Amino acid sequence: MSYRNRTIPELVERAIDGDNRAVGRLLTIVERGGVQSEEVAALTHPQRGRAHVVGITGAPGAGKSTLVGRLLAEYCRRGHRPAVLAIDPSSPISGGAILGDRIRMDDVVPEGTFVRSMATRGHQGGLALAVPGAVRVLDVAGFSPVVIETVGVGQVEVDVVAAADTAVVVATPGMGDAVQANKAGLLEVADVFVVNKADRPGATDVRRDLELMLDLAHVTGADTDASGAVFRPEIIMATATSGEGTVAVVDAIVDHFEHLHISDRLERRRAGRVRAEIRSRAEQELLDRLATMLHTGELDDIIRDSVASHRSPVQAAAEIVGRLTGNH
Amino acid sequence: MPFGGVRDIYRGGNRLSPAQTPERLRVVLAKLGLDGHDRGLKVVARILRDSGMEVIFLGLRQTTSSIVAAVEQEDADAVGLSMHNAGHLTLGPKMVRALDEAGLDVPVVIGGIIPPEDERQLLDAGVAAVLGPGASATEVVESVRSAIVASRG
Ligand code: B12
Ligand SMILES: Nc1nc2c(ncn2[C@@H]2O[C@H](COP(=O)(O)OP(=O)(O)O)[C@@H](O)[C@H]2O)c(=O)[nH]1
Ligand SMILES: [Mg+2]
Repeated sequence: MSYRNRTIPELVERAIDGDNRAVGRLLTIVERGGVQSEEVAALTHPQRGRAHVVGITGAPGAGKSTLVGRLLAEYCRRGHRPAVLAIDPSSPISGGAILGDRIRMDDVVPEGTFVRSMATRGHQGGLALAVPGAVRVLDVAGFSPVVIETVGVGQVEVDVVAAADTAVVVATPGMGDAVQANKAGLLEVADVFVVNKADRPGATDVRRDLELMLDLAHVTGADTDASGAVFRPEIIMATATSGEGTVAVVDAIVDHFEHLHISDRLERRRAGRVRAEIRSRAEQELLDRLATMLHTGELDDIIRDSVASHRSPVQAAAEIVGRLTGNH
Repeated sequence: MPFGGVRDIYRGGNRLSPAQTPERLRVVLAKLGLDGHDRGLKVVARILRDSGMEVIFLGLRQTTSSIVAAVEQEDADAVGLSMHNAGHLTLGPKMVRALDEAGLDVPVVIGGIIPPEDERQLLDAGVAAVLGPGASATEVVESVRSAIVASRG
């Protein structure tokens, strides 16, 4: 029987039992959004929270996918069952995509790991909604860690990684990568830094730049939690192509997760993640309704009326908002 | 009733139908075994992307079982193989069987160097379509699209 025709509760049950095909199908449903994805969310939400969610970001070509492949192999060696969501941009013209992250992980990733390629699919809020939903599916299916790879450009992508339990930022020698990372706001969200391509000249310069920037951040005291504990992200040198540094990267990620557990940070992070998801969902909902208004011509009517009756744009906007929320 | 909570949010009947985004066809593209001719595969990847499909590009040196795993995890709608090493009569049917055994009703489309006299044999073995050098972008897209449509009955 085609999994296309199975009910969602059935798929969730199978996913929990370790059926990768059911997991794959659920991820497609979550990606598409709509009522069905809400059903998936309702069934997977209560059981979430076991997986360690690790976000990995950095410039295109930094070696993220190659590194993720190494990390997966190391996690498997330590007896874990990891999964990856590898996110790449869709073509803005056709809406299609070439998703090539798997290719980099292929050589090293043992069987039993779950790799899912995901395209950004253009629409702003889409990714912000799809990723938490996808993480929940992988979580109930028993995978941990759940690693999310995104390109570190664009606010949505940075937000996705910032919402992880542990955020890993990958920098490389050349082109003032540390400075770029700082500009993109990645320095603030990083819990672990990896200087990848350490086999290339200039890697130690990147490390030094990062150290300096962390020193400055500490002067401003931005990184303390309720218990007053200060966490300074580790900087790990790695060569993903050879695997050098892999063990140290996994150690640093695990250390960070332990640090989250001894302070109140894990709860705070996860509360922040829920807050961000609720906000994205509410935004998307309102935008959908506005789009429908526009589509049905209702919006045009309101605009025409308000011009005819000399009402201000502010008043007209207030009326629209009233109708969107059903309070008119 | 596990979904009551979700539905309740939209009480009052003024709930607009939630936006489900259009389906995107997802295609796994790969080369099997020892065959380094990946130029055609890259061309096909771009053609399919430009037609709006999502291509999961596996590239060189894949096995039938690595492709089956990818199809499951990626929830792919089709498998596209590019073959230039004269292994198609063995590997093509083997791919079809491997998907079948895994219970995956996903069509296989093959391109590359396939002598005309072998084409019939591949189609008889369950391969959905066979394309050769010079296939146009439209032919590539249509072969994949109609294979998917046919597989869904
Ligand atoms: C370029 C080329 C090479 C390059 C490959 C570069 C690369 N990275 O791809 C190099 C020089 C490395 C090479 C090496 C060899 N090659 Co060579 N190579 C060619 C050549 C000249 C062109 C292939 C090509 O790239 N075409 C352009 C692409 C765009 O076309 P295409 O692959 O056919 O794809 C189109 C369609 O077939 C279809 N398609 C293809 N795949 C798919 C998949 C799907 C899903 C779909 C829908 C459609 C589709 O759509 C595409 C667009 O129209 C062909 C001869 C020929 N006329 O085809 C020989 C050829 C393929 N090579 C051949 C051979 C024998 C070799 C070698 C073994 C040794 C040698 N004699 O040179 C080595 C082996 C290398 C290896 N490791 O496997 C033979 C194969 C014979 C056979 N299968 O019976 C050929 C046919 C030459 C010949 N007439 O003898 N080769
Ligand atoms: N020299 C060197 N190259 C690397 C290293 N890690 C990755 N690469 C190469 O960098 C390129 C991009 O890698 P990829 O993992 O796809 O990067 P991503 O875009 O960040 O996911 C590939 O050609 C890799 O082989 C490294 O440590 N050293
Ligand atoms: Mg990548």
